[in-house]
Amino acid sequence: MSDHSFLPAWREQSLGRRVFLRVSAASAASVALIAAGCTDTTTTPTPADPYQLALPAGDSGLVYYAYLMALAQTTLYQKVVDAPPTDLTTAERAVFADLRDHEVVHKQTLGYLLDTTGATQLVPTDFAFNLTKFTLSTRAGVLAAAQQIADLVAAAYPVLLPLFTTSSVPQRTILLKMSSVQARQAAAVRDMLMPGSFANSDVVDSAGQLLTKTPTEVMTALAPYFAPYVISVASLAVPV
Amino acid sequence: MNFFNIIDLLAEADPDVLDRFSSRRAVFSSLGTVAQRAALATSPLFLGALFQKAYAGTASLPTDILNYALTLELLEADFYRQFLAAGQIPAGAATDAITVIKTHEDVHVDYLHKAVIAAGGTPVTGSATAGIRFNPSLLPATYADQLKYAQVLEDTGVRAYKGRAAELIGTDLLTPVLQIHSIEARHAAHIRTMRGQQPWVSLGDDLAADASYKAAYTSGVASSTKTVMALGGTTYGIPSYNPARPSPPESNLQQGAAGTKPAVLITTGIGSITYTADDAAAAFDEPLQAAEVLDSSRAGGLLA
Repeated sequence: MSDHSFLPAWREQSLGRRVFLRVSAASAASVALIAAGCTDTTTTPTPADPYQLALPAGDSGLVYYAYLMALAQTTLYQKVVDAPPTDLTTAERAVFADLRDHEVVHKQTLGYLLDTTGATQLVPTDFAFNLTKFTLSTRAGVLAAAQQIADLVAAAYPVLLPLFTTSSVPQRTILLKMSSVQARQAAAVRDMLMPGSFANSDVVDSAGQLLTKTPTEVMTALAPYFAPYVISVASLAVPV
Repeated sequence: MNFFNIIDLLAEADPDVLDRFSSRRAVFSSLGTVAQRAALATSPLFLGALFQKAYAGTASLPTDILNYALTLELLEADFYRQFLAAGQIPAGAATDAITVIKTHEDVHVDYLHKAVIAAGGTPVTGSATAGIRFNPSLLPATYADQLKYAQVLEDTGVRAYKGRAAELIGTDLLTPVLQIHSIEARHAAHIRTMRGQQPWVSLGDDLAADASYKAAYTSGVASSTKTVMALGGTTYGIPSYNPARPSPPESNLQQGAAGTKPAVLITTGIGSITYTADDAAAAFDEPLQAAEVLDSSRAGGLLA
C-alpha cells in the first residue's frame, strides 16, 4: 500500500484498500491460526477489488469526472504529438498540438480546482488512459480515436454542468467556459476526418441540439481504456 | 447579528449578490422610516423578506432569457438566409455547410419560440421584412467578407449563451440551452476553419485585430443603461449592465475569480508551463453580459 495522500474520494478509496488490507491480514492471521490449530489446508482471502474507484459525491465529484475526461484527452493527444502517423499532415499535427495544449490547460485547471496546492495525488500512480485499443499508427486511426473521445467529452458537458450545486460558482463557471471549447475541438476533429461533418446528425438532434451523454454513459464508454481501474459515478448527483 | 458580514459571506457564494441588492434598493425604502428600518434590520423576518426579494427572479424571468436567445437566433437565421440568397457562396462543401448551419438556426428559432410560449411569454418575432432581422444594408458583397460576419455571429452567440446560463440553473431550460450553446460552438469552429482560422478563439485571429470586428472579442461597452428591450413585437427585460465587472475579453488569461476569491493566472498559476499564453486563452471561451451582446458595437448593431 503506497502512502499517497489522496483527496477525499481517493482517500476513501485508499482507506477502503487499507481497511481491506487490515481485515484481510487479520483474517489471514486467523486463517493461519485455524490452519495451525486444525488442518494444514491454506485459504486465500478474497480481496476487495483494489481497482474500484468511486467518484466523490457533490461538486468535487463532478470536477473529478471532468478531470478524468481531460486526462483521457491529454493522454491521447500527447501520444499523437509524440508519435504522429506518417500520413498525418503538418497542419493536422499543429491542430493536435493545440488540442494537447488546451487539454493540458484543462487538466491542470481542474486539478487546481481539486487541490490548489498541487501536493495531492489525484489518481493512483498506476492509473492511466490505456491507448492500446486504438490504432494510432495511421491518420485514419488517429482521427477516429480523437473523434470518439472529443465527441464523447463534448456530449458530457451539457449534462455535467447542471449537476453543480449553486454554491460552486468558480467551478461551474470554469467548466462552462471549457464546454464550448470541447465543442470546437470535436468539430475541428470531425472536419479533419470528414470535412463538413462538424455537426452531423449523429451528434445533433432534429431540434438543433447536441446529443448528450450522462456520466454513466461516458464512463461506460471510457471503461475499456481505464481498465483495470473501474470508475463508479454512483455517488454523483442525479441523473448520473 | 452583523448584517454586512452576512452580505460578505453571500458574496463569496454568489458574486452577483450585490447587484441583486442594488437593483432591489426599493426593498429598503419601502420599509418606512429610518427608525422602523433600524428595528427591522435586526429581525430575521426582515432578512428573510430581503433575500426572498433579492433572489426571486431578480435578473430576468426565464421568458426574458429565452426571448434574448430567440433574438440572437432570429438574427442568425435571417443572416444565413441573406447569405445564401446573395449567391456568392461556392457550390459544394461551402454551400452545404452554410445550409446545414442555417437549418440549425431555423430549428433553434422554432424551439425557442415554442419554449417562450410554454413558459407563458410572448415570443419576439422576425421575418425577412419585419421584426428581428439582419440589416440587409450591412451584408458585404463578397463571400469572404460575408463569412466574417458569420464568424462574429457564431462566436458572439457562444459568448451570449454562456453569459446567461447561470440564470437558468435549477430550471429544465438549462440543459437544452447548453445543448444549443454547444452547437453554436461547433458552427463557430467550422466557419473559422472555412476562413482558414483556428477553430478556437485565438490571440492571432485576424478579426480580433480588425477594427471592424474586434468588438466581438473584447470586453465591456462604452455605456449601456438598457434594462428593457423592445424588439420583434414584444418587450423583455435584460440585466442592467454592470460597468464594474465587464465580461472578460477572449484574450483573458485569468480564471476562477468569485466574490472575494482571486483569479488564478492560467499561464503560471496551475503548475504547468508547457503551453503558451495563446493556449491558455484559447482553452476557455468567455461570456458576455446581455447588455454587451445587444450593444450597437456587437450583435445589436447588426439588427435591421
